[in-house]
Amino acid sequence: MAVLFIQVVALATQVKRPEGAKPGTSGSGTRLIRVWTVTAFTPVEKMFVSTGRFFRNGWHNYADLRGVRKQNRELQDEVARLQMEQVRLRQDADQAKRLQVLLEFKEKFISKTVAAQVIATSGTEQSRLITIDKGSNDHIKPDMPVITPDGIVGKVKEVFPLSSHVLLINDHDSGAGVILESSRLQGIVKGTSLGELQINDIMSDEKVEAGEHVITSGGDRIYPKGYAVGTVTAATPDKDNDPFLVIKIKPAADINRLEEVLVITEMSDNLRSTGAGPEPMRAADILSQRLPSVPKVDPNAPKTPGGAQTGVPAPKSSPTPAKANQPAGAGTGQKPEAASGQTKPTVTETAATNSTTNKTGEGKKQPASGQATAPAGATGSLPANPKSTPKKAKTPALTHDGSTPGPGAAPTATPAPANQAADQEKPPR
Amino acid sequence: MNSSVSLTSREEIEVHRFSWPVSLGIPVLAIFLQVFLRVRFLAVLDLPLLVTIFFAVARRRPIPGMINGALIGTLQDAWTGHPIGVFGIAKTIIGYLGSSLGVKVDVDNPGSRFLMTFAFVLIHRFVYMAISLQLVGGSEAWIWSHTLLSALVNGLAAVVLFAALDKFKLRN
Repeated sequence: MAVLFIQVVALATQVKRPEGAKPGTSGSGTRLIRVWTVTAFTPVEKMFVSTGRFFRNGWHNYADLRGVRKQNRELQDEVARLQMEQVRLRQDADQAKRLQVLLEFKEKFISKTVAAQVIATSGTEQSRLITIDKGSNDHIKPDMPVITPDGIVGKVKEVFPLSSHVLLINDHDSGAGVILESSRLQGIVKGTSLGELQINDIMSDEKVEAGEHVITSGGDRIYPKGYAVGTVTAATPDKDNDPFLVIKIKPAADINRLEEVLVITEMSDNLRSTGAGPEPMRAADILSQRLPSVPKVDPNAPKTPGGAQTGVPAPKSSPTPAKANQPAGAGTGQKPEAASGQTKPTVTETAATNSTTNKTGEGKKQPASGQATAPAGATGSLPANPKSTPKKAKTPALTHDGSTPGPGAAPTATPAPANQAADQEKPPR
Repeated sequence: MNSSVSLTSREEIEVHRFSWPVSLGIPVLAIFLQVFLRVRFLAVLDLPLLVTIFFAVARRRPIPGMINGALIGTLQDAWTGHPIGVFGIAKTIIGYLGSSLGVKVDVDNPGSRFLMTFAFVLIHRFVYMAISLQLVGGSEAWIWSHTLLSALVNGLAAVVLFAALDKFKLRN
């Protein structure tokens, strides 16, 4: 009885939430017994993992040598193809960066990661946790996101000197803000007791189809926006929670067979701080570079009063095809209006959508011809993740008030009728 | 005359003892294998629980059985994201029940070992859930099919594992 009593008291001291604990952080500190146990086991586990890896790699190296010549030829062909692809993507990326700087996006970009090896698990189904071989000595901190090239894995929960615990996204205590890639529905993906991923907060009148990709929304302030989470496998009405759907997700990362992961140790707030982006440019300047038919606007010219003016003539007066203005070697694959910097910006949209069930609908609007504002969908093609290029991401809204949205532009928008913008051909300044 | 009587039969209740390396090494090895081997099957199998049951019914003394269960459970807790003590309390109770049961029934028979382990896995799960939901504020769901599968797998594993661990018993 005494043993039980001591344990219950000890348990109670851990469960009690300390006063003044910061929201989002674990309520109690790491228990000494946990630190001792993990620290004692970690070197042994590292040794076993390293030994196993040595033999496994030795065998794989031998096996991989067979047929390597043929594979080399195939890879060279692939490299050549990818180099051509890269040229095109670089053009797109440059354009996206310019437009993001223009809109002063406050998006998180990965700037530093630490590769880590999985050395242990929790060993129970009641807790989906893994142990990695990097800890506070490697500048790992709690709540850092953990990813693989395939998608997100989880977040760092506890940090020890030589190792860390990572709470997987399929744990029932885990959660992440997500967006369904094509329908743009927002939700929270959570783990279940059986280790599955589910979204439970999307209304049943929304249309969700199997096979749709799910990406991170960035709203949880842990995972960077646009990373792959998984694929919808089924969407059925929730019997216990009637107006909602139960959307089952197949994780993009193979969570049950993780060997190496990346811990994101540093993220930068915006592109400018990374030094990757160009100097801020006005939308009219960007468009005038791309469309020779657009006259170069004079920045000192007086501003036309009250106009939703961009200084860009309507398309009917500048019929130059976008492809004609592409730099040499840039295979497009873009729609002409996108390539020319024209957009679909006529939708008013708040930067933070609280509703988890609303569709934005921005992609359904007709493009406002002739406007030199940035595309609403020009979100973070995150540099490190090729999967992070949603077609129509929710972004801070665009301004259409006549002045091009410079760095200080407020992230709210006034809807601009398409014909209004098209009719005003005088440069504002 | 007594040669046909099992050393652990009810007629001759013997408290088995184990060497210190075995008493320490087997539980530590069980926990190590549980967290180290990333085999999905092992997540259903609860090696620390099986070791707790084995030592409890072999020693047949409630106090050492409880302490053994508490230590094994607490070490196991260190690897989970839960507060320390959830598995500790559950395995303490199993240690007590196992050592009490070992006095009353023949626990050397494979059939009784299977049934005993099957029941203990269910009890362990029930205690765990009670602590998790009532004391810790967890949100786990009780899934009968999964729990029964786990009990079945652990029961079968116990028959094999206990037979192997019998070799470590110290005979007088």
